[in-house]
Amino acid sequence: MKKSIFKNRFLPYLLIAPQLMIVVVFFFWPSFESLRLSVFKVSPFGDRQIFVGLENFHRLVTSPEYHRSVLHSFIFSGGVTFLGLAVSLFIAALANQKIRGLRFYRTGLLWTYGIAPPVSGIIWLFIFHPSYGLLPYLLSMVTPYEFNWLLKGWVALLLVIFAATWAHLGYNVAFFLAGLQTIPKSVIDAAKVDGASGFRLFRWITFPLLSPVTFFLFIMNMVFSFFETFGIIHAVTQGGPGDATTIMVYKTYLDGFVHMRMGLSAAQSVILMALVIFLTVLQFRYTERRVFY
Amino acid sequence: MKTKFFVWSVVLALVMLFPVWGSAKTEIQWWHAMTGFLGERVNEITQKFNASQAEYEVKAIHKGTYTETLTAGIAAYRSKNPPHILQVFEVGTQTMLSSGAIYPVYQLMADQGIKIDWADFISVVKSYYSKDGNLYSMPFNSSTAILYYNKSIFQKAGLDPNKPPTTFDEIEKMAKTAVSSGATKIGFTTAWPSWTLVENMHAWHDQPFADQENGFAGLATQLKINGSFGVKFWELLARWQKEGIYTYSGRGSKGDQPIINGEAAIGLASTALVGTLTKTAKFEWGTGFLPRLAGFPQGNSIIGGATLWVMKGHKPEEYKAVAKFLEFLGKTEQQAWWHSITGYLPISQSALKALQATDHFKKNPHLWTAFAQITSGKTTASSQGIRLGNLVAIRDAIEEELENVVSGKKMAKQGLDDAVKKGNEFLKEFAVLYK
Repeated sequence: MKKSIFKNRFLPYLLIAPQLMIVVVFFFWPSFESLRLSVFKVSPFGDRQIFVGLENFHRLVTSPEYHRSVLHSFIFSGGVTFLGLAVSLFIAALANQKIRGLRFYRTGLLWTYGIAPPVSGIIWLFIFHPSYGLLPYLLSMVTPYEFNWLLKGWVALLLVIFAATWAHLGYNVAFFLAGLQTIPKSVIDAAKVDGASGFRLFRWITFPLLSPVTFFLFIMNMVFSFFETFGIIHAVTQGGPGDATTIMVYKTYLDGFVHMRMGLSAAQSVILMALVIFLTVLQFRYTERRVFY
Repeated sequence: MKTKFFVWSVVLALVMLFPVWGSAKTEIQWWHAMTGFLGERVNEITQKFNASQAEYEVKAIHKGTYTETLTAGIAAYRSKNPPHILQVFEVGTQTMLSSGAIYPVYQLMADQGIKIDWADFISVVKSYYSKDGNLYSMPFNSSTAILYYNKSIFQKAGLDPNKPPTTFDEIEKMAKTAVSSGATKIGFTTAWPSWTLVENMHAWHDQPFADQENGFAGLATQLKINGSFGVKFWELLARWQKEGIYTYSGRGSKGDQPIINGEAAIGLASTALVGTLTKTAKFEWGTGFLPRLAGFPQGNSIIGGATLWVMKGHKPEEYKAVAKFLEFLGKTEQQAWWHSITGYLPISQSALKALQATDHFKKNPHLWTAFAQITSGKTTASSQGIRLGNLVAIRDAIEEELENVVSGKKMAKQGLDDAVKKGNEFLKEFAVLYK
């Protein structure tokens, strides 16, 4: 392989300069600012900053509210990831069959990914709101059960899990579908000749061959549900009732931008940063290398 | 041909580079949080001012909810590009007073040589936003909490549609009847839960909300809401929610919806709903005073809504424009119009007198309710208002605990104790920063 096609030594640097600038301005600088602020107590307008060392972190580690937000995050992300992968694999398997109107279904399945999280949140809000939503109204006609997630924490948590899963379904289906189509037909045929069919075929042939895709999606879904579901939570529950749907990223927002405790919020974003770095490293190290067959 | 094209491109580029050449007007920005019907009225009053003179141009820009507007204003100030005027809700008052980012309105008017008769301002409004007797921000949309009831539902349920409930005992009976008769599903609900149910209810029953006269006498460090009044009241709400008498409708303005949609028989909400209901309600409705809980003294209801803060960091001629605009907003004529169309309180005695001289209040009795309520009350140390740092966070903590209590997850006393504990932490944090 040729090492370089550039004669001019500075041209390559010049060419990557715009991208570098974007990375510095939008990634490194804010990250550095978060790191700096996480060791300060800051007034709302930023005019007073008192150095407090690791006090912000200490407060988080000892605060039961923060513990709860971590717990809610893991329940939420676990729910979204597990449910999302299971449902989308099922759908992808169906969409991989030779059926009439296949293109139409495939396109339809990918739609949800094009919807911005806050918008999908609003859609779910309109369907499920206890006072003006459609579903509670229909439910009230057949059962006396009061579907009020404004008061029932676990119902609210389930609701946002479903909403986030739905919003991310298209993405998952697209990857699973692509994965399914890369499985060589000869392998399947060979298995069929050996007498495997239906579930066994899926369990011992398709699923293991899909494992790189599954692992990649697992990481992507964790990242998505940890960091990008803010819009859904904000539109539907605002972290309530109580703090039942306050996940880590939402608490970071609440503390920083609603309660104006910038230092505490920065400390939380540093923790989140560490988490995303961990997930990214995991993905880079294992996506290519570890395939489970 | 080509040269012509080139010349025009250059001209166009120059025009785009120097847009100021197009207008000689001094432009000022006003960031606000008003939406829907109220947002349109904000644009209307801005256009009125812009059309009334040729030197200044006010640009009203909507920045989201009250919280989002304040956050946007702070971010803009920190990046040294704040708006001239920022609308901040009443809970942000202490934050703004301590910020060092504001130009007090009384000082601005004095510097610009504009004479305003501050004594003419309605005292409950003025006291909420003054420090040492000087007004720091310009009252714009001041409201208070009142009771709304749905006459159509009352009629259906066999209740007297001309008798709003005046006590919580009556609310219990009426809401129960409204629900059990099948006239509605929501007997009683509330918007802005912390504001209507905790801040206003404590003031209305002359119970302290925090130490240091609710923060008016100095930086407060202790919440006082877990006293016998608070506990008794939250126990009542928890029982009502269980029995289907009270329906919790969510935080912030979410509780406005069931009242506006005609689903709630009785509701507590801001006077600002009068305008919306007048315009949109397809049912009969009425208003009344805040209900009273037997066995506690009479205080007064407190002010909500928002005021206009002038931000530091602009040019003198722009401040001239800001002063002129605020003067315009304070004029009797504008105040009377703003009040009669929105339901917010007029800020001056003279505007109130001008309205009383006409048959305005006879025709619009609901707009009178708030005044009658305020003048019927007693303004005391506990009912003059609430001025706490981090009040936005404290309000969230209170609503969070209220949710835990009405859902039966916690006992009333436990919920209030936890709200106080969290609130005190917020107060302490603020005191450390501004000691």
